Amino acid sequence: MLPTPSTSHVPYERVYEPAEDSFLLLDTLSSPSEIAFLSRRFPSVPSTQKQPPPPPPPSSPTPLILEIGPGSGVVLAFLTAHAHALFARRDVLTLGIDINRFACVATAQTVATAVTEAEGGNASESGGGSSSSSSNKGAGYLLGTAQGNLASAVRPRQVDVLVFNPPYVPTAELPSLPRQLGNDSDDDNKVAREEKKTTTTTYEEDSALLALSYAGGRDGMEITERVIAALPAVLSDRGLAYLLLCAQNKPDEVKGRIRGMEEGGPWRAETVGASGRQAGWEKLQIVRIWRE
Amino acid sequence: MKVLTLNFLTCAVKSCKSSSDSFPLHPKDAELVSDDVNLNPQLLVNLLPRIDWNALRTTSTELGFPQLPEQPPSAEELEADEKMLKDLHTLLMETQINEGKLVCGHCGHEYAVREGIANFLLPSHLV
Repeated sequence: MLPTPSTSHVPYERVYEPAEDSFLLLDTLSSPSEIAFLSRRFPSVPSTQKQPPPPPPPSSPTPLILEIGPGSGVVLAFLTAHAHALFARRDVLTLGIDINRFACVATAQTVATAVTEAEGGNASESGGGSSSSSSNKGAGYLLGTAQGNLASAVRPRQVDVLVFNPPYVPTAELPSLPRQLGNDSDDDNKVAREEKKTTTTTYEEDSALLALSYAGGRDGMEITERVIAALPAVLSDRGLAYLLLCAQNKPDEVKGRIRGMEEGGPWRAETVGASGRQAGWEKLQIVRIWRE
Repeated sequence: MKVLTLNFLTCAVKSCKSSSDSFPLHPKDAELVSDDVNLNPQLLVNLLPRIDWNALRTTSTELGFPQLPEQPPSAEELEADEKMLKDLHTLLMETQINEGKLVCGHCGHEYAVREGIANFLLPSHLV
């Protein structure tokens, strides 16, 4: 079993704390079937391997992984730190985009800590160690984290693996963006707010940030639907997505809608992990979305 | 964020997506820091086919790095060229943009970078 990244530094009063949904993603991404799928999807030839004639086909290009809404960063850190174990290659790039700046800060630290631990606890190593590519150890590379609205700032058709643990709880309405996220550059109070942003938040502001991490509006699907609609524009030709759904999201209908998307299709959508099984209802599930 | 990230980002304004001027974003008043990362030649070779080389040349020049050749090296050329490997490694994997702005060449919007984290949230009138 691969170790779960430490998130003890994360301020849980304003960043979503890893919970059953996060751990289901970790379990699913490290299941034998997904490891086999991913290494077939992104084949790599270790450079240190003695190459007998005929030469093996060249490696596929370095995969780019994007997690939208990484929160504490536990999933992105898992993917980055255990890149070789999960993808059978360590030349893996990861990127996290969260609407909450505190989550961006937390994720960067969670990934850095997990990478250092995976590389054998050498504190001077900030990613990308020297272990040979035949070793099962080997971390990937965090490009960085950025504050943003879903994948709106990501260049089209670049993402090879998209991971999204969405705000999936059905709520009467979507939370409005907290004022501190507004980013209106012509606001006179900008400087004052900039100061405030990095220092303290009120209880109300913290609650508003947390609401962004769970409140999904109608059927808990309003944010998720935006991401699904963006998949053809975001994913590369070989790209795939892991999407977490809960039972109230009506996952069978969601999968049906994805399979019916015309743009960039045909699309496949299958449940590849589930937890909280009760009388045939999976409370949470991970859907893999891809094209053959 | 690593300089390489700029090869994967674009302006968040919807109407900029169709313009080639929105990519790459242009660093402005950038404060760079350098991380120690071990050189991984295989990573750089596997990155080559997915890098937009022209955009990378622009970014490299704008950040004050030596001009990159007009054409990207082939995988074989790169593997055999220790200096090129080292230069690309330094630029792409070790150099981080810590403070400054990223400017869209189409709409002119400036995205702030603070403590290594860029903010792509748009003011309400641009959403």
